[in-house]
Amino acid sequence: MSAAIKTPRGALLATLLVLSIFPLFGSDYYSELLTKIMIMAIFAMSLDLLVGFTGLVSFGHAAFFGIAAYAVVLVSPQYDPSSLWLVLPAAVLAAAVAAFVIGLFVLRTKGIYFIMVTLAFAQMIYFVFHDSPLGGGSDGVFINFKPELRIGETQLLDLGNAAHFYYVVLLLLVATYVFLRILLRSPLGHALAGIKSNEHRMLSLGFPVFLYKLAGFVIAGALAGVAGFLSACQFGFVTPEILSWHQSGNVLLMVILGGMGTLNGAAIGAFAFVVLQEVFSALTKHWQFLMGTVIVLVVMLLPGGLSSLTQRVRRLLVGGGSNG
Amino acid sequence: MDLTTFLIQLLNALQYGLLLFLVASGLTLIFGIMGIINLAHGSFYMMGAYMAFALTSATGNLFVAILLGIVLSALIGFLLEWGLFSRLYKRDHLDQVLLTYGLILMFEEIRSMIVGDDVHGVRIPEMLSASIQLSETLSYPVYRLFMSGVCIVLAVLMYWLIRHTRLGMMIRAGSSNREMVQSLGINIDLIYRLVFALGVTLAAFAGMLAAPVSSVYPGMGNQVLIICFVVVVIGGVGSVWGAFVAALLIGLADTFGKVIIPDFAGLTVYLLMAAVLLWRPEGIFRRI
Amino acid sequence: MSHEVNRRQFLISSAAVAAGLALPSAPLFAQGARKVRVGLMLPYTGTYAALGNAITNGFKLAVEQGGGKLGGSEVEYFTVDDESDAAKAPENANKLIKRDNVDVLVGTVHSGVALAMTRVAREAKALLIVPNAGADEITGPLCAPNIFRTSFSAWQPAYAMGNVMAERKHKNVVTLSWKYSFGEQSVAGFKEAFEKAGGKVVKELYLPFPNVEFQPYLTEIAALKPDAVFVFFAGGGAVKFVKDYAAAGLKSTIPLYGSGFLTDGTLEAQGEAAEGLLTTLHYADGLDIPKDKEFRAAYASAFKMQPDVYAVQGYDAAQLFATGLAAVKGDVGKRDELVKAMESATIDSPRGKFTLSKAHNPVQDIYLRKVEGKENKVVSVAAKALADPARGCRM
Repeated sequence: MSAAIKTPRGALLATLLVLSIFPLFGSDYYSELLTKIMIMAIFAMSLDLLVGFTGLVSFGHAAFFGIAAYAVVLVSPQYDPSSLWLVLPAAVLAAAVAAFVIGLFVLRTKGIYFIMVTLAFAQMIYFVFHDSPLGGGSDGVFINFKPELRIGETQLLDLGNAAHFYYVVLLLLVATYVFLRILLRSPLGHALAGIKSNEHRMLSLGFPVFLYKLAGFVIAGALAGVAGFLSACQFGFVTPEILSWHQSGNVLLMVILGGMGTLNGAAIGAFAFVVLQEVFSALTKHWQFLMGTVIVLVVMLLPGGLSSLTQRVRRLLVGGGSNG
Repeated sequence: MDLTTFLIQLLNALQYGLLLFLVASGLTLIFGIMGIINLAHGSFYMMGAYMAFALTSATGNLFVAILLGIVLSALIGFLLEWGLFSRLYKRDHLDQVLLTYGLILMFEEIRSMIVGDDVHGVRIPEMLSASIQLSETLSYPVYRLFMSGVCIVLAVLMYWLIRHTRLGMMIRAGSSNREMVQSLGINIDLIYRLVFALGVTLAAFAGMLAAPVSSVYPGMGNQVLIICFVVVVIGGVGSVWGAFVAALLIGLADTFGKVIIPDFAGLTVYLLMAAVLLWRPEGIFRRI
Repeated sequence: MSHEVNRRQFLISSAAVAAGLALPSAPLFAQGARKVRVGLMLPYTGTYAALGNAITNGFKLAVEQGGGKLGGSEVEYFTVDDESDAAKAPENANKLIKRDNVDVLVGTVHSGVALAMTRVAREAKALLIVPNAGADEITGPLCAPNIFRTSFSAWQPAYAMGNVMAERKHKNVVTLSWKYSFGEQSVAGFKEAFEKAGGKVVKELYLPFPNVEFQPYLTEIAALKPDAVFVFFAGGGAVKFVKDYAAAGLKSTIPLYGSGFLTDGTLEAQGEAAEGLLTTLHYADGLDIPKDKEFRAAYASAFKMQPDVYAVQGYDAAQLFATGLAAVKGDVGKRDELVKAMESATIDSPRGKFTLSKAHNPVQDIYLRKVEGKENKVVSVAAKALADPARGCRM
């Protein structure tokens, strides 16, 4: 299914073009919203590597997102801006190390149990930050100065500047996309796909399946860390809620909404999810009811997610062909 | 801590553990037999508590309310399985996770539309409202002991149902090989529907039973959901006996965690979980 | 209620989506006599939904009483459900400040969310009125000319209770609260007054928020045998705690006291377990204040229910802003004058008249209340015109 849905290169480039000129025309608020969507897209793509490409349904992905965000807080000095050179690697490393350790535990389980155990571990991390004074406890903690990029005396980038930040996010989004594309074509990517379709066969062929899965898990965690880092920088505010199970559920939803197993789908899902929230919450007090209804309907009627919609419509127009 | 205090804390731990078992048993049942991760389990607990509140106000009697509530929640479970879940068995686990995630949001808002967002209480029935003096200053409400008693009875009943009845046999067989059981002429669809209804009813029943002590408030379902998952993870997927042991262990860890290391009270349960998983990745017990 | 607003907001956001989110929202509204744009950022779903609704009702009641106007200006509402989710707080606040260009931001209930809002408002120099959240920092280290509060600081009711309990000859006291900053600040305020008056806090117990398994703590309290217990809990947790405390037989032997939220909006659910409890808060039932009687009657006829302290705080948020608006004749561009009028205002509140401290927190009477039936009946004034110390505020 992953190869079945191809987005034309033209559409990708057009999207990229719109994204790169948007801040010049769009209002501040919508640029900010788009920044958030792009961050969520990175997050969703990182999860898709596990869910869509390796067949590991993680319900605790927010843990790595959150750990990276807290890493930003912990390495940032209180009264000076921190250096991007230091903070970004530190945040990603923290997420990767956490993914490695948690991966050692959770990857020993399979299927339905894996879902539960990842959830439980993420919840444990949630309580670490919620109950200990380490990261400001349940009220969260603020970053007074956003990271900056300097070479010598000149400041090249200031993440506190909305425009700078927007393009840093865009750059990292593209980088993540390209990186994952390359990864999926590499031997590791093929091995992960093999694990997804038949783990036993991979085992009997002599592949070190556990190590491959662990590698995938750590990479996904690290990329979630990139998103977490950006999220911390965008609002300068980190609370335990960003690693709650709702957050893990939401990102899973983005992946499904867009159609799992396609990187574009993950990004479309992130976009659709945020926009739906935006529209519904303006509509009624009981907007979560609408959100829930959409989720239920997508699951029941659109198993391939939104990106399968175009195909279905096309099939419907051409006439014939079964749904699937 | 002197001996009396220690013993009372032990009682607290057991009592909490038993209640946890009751709340989590429905989850582990649906989980182990049908392979469904039911995130909406907490919502059914919440639903039960609100039923206890609404029906007690209407009928004036908690026990009548509980009886009515059991019928109602079984019906809801039955309909949900028929309308939604039965269409998903061939799909990925993920779809069930998301379906139930969507249901959480819907149930919470339906609750808000019907009953509003206020906090409510449910009266403890007159005959159970007494207390037993435990120490000079502390007494123990009879209702809490009653709850523990009900939990133990239910645990035994469930064990008996699954181990020693024909229905239990079919359930066990169905959980290990759905197609085979079907080919033997057993109506597996109906059995699944019953199991799901039973799971929902157990959650709702737990909510109803706990309503007089816990009070009834928005968001209460989410609070129990995660701890239920921990019970199931520690106990082993689908193992009712495992859930029982795990719930008691968690009761102990939580209670004594609060007393001995109060600064990390929220964490003790998860440390227990990590320790168990390190030892046995799939929980203490396997299978029903 | 605000159907039109909601529909309009929907149109805006869906149009924005259609236009690839490229819609600059400000110019759309630059028309005719300008309405004052009020942004309500409150919880409308989740645990605190009832509180969010009460605050909204209170605010709107004040506007209705002004003939649909606030300080002579027409009002347009923009609402955002903050879900009491701190993680979403900065972007929700930005939604109102940047997308809807509101003239004043009103919110919220949850302290964590309110702290994040305060940060955003300070940075964006947006006018913020906090109608509930009691975190000390809001009118402490985070104080600013554009930040106001019409409720209380966590310190205030707790400090007043410290004196009350000392006067009632309690010597050794155990405190219990959820472990989050609002609870810790309440305990700190209580301890400050109580120990200054010669009492001693034997032990501070905390349980993780929002855990409600109180039994182990009740057992510990019973073993410690203090003269009295001071607690901070609210909402569903408060109901359960009061019931558990009574059921454990402690209520008759070790008196229970608390910050007023222990018994506010929860009495129906607590039943007899709450009977006779003493709490301190800046509002009470049975106040002999004409304004209160008038407010209660108006509220009851408008919304078919009794107002609570949250409704009062929302009402006063509107009154406070009205004072400012009247002074500048609706020209919110004159920020300095507006702020000046607001900070020197005397608010004729249902709780009794109050002024604002230099840090913009109410200087108000704190009442000692006793639960009688389904009411928090006023017993006495526990602290007259109590001002928060505003520690860390440089203004």
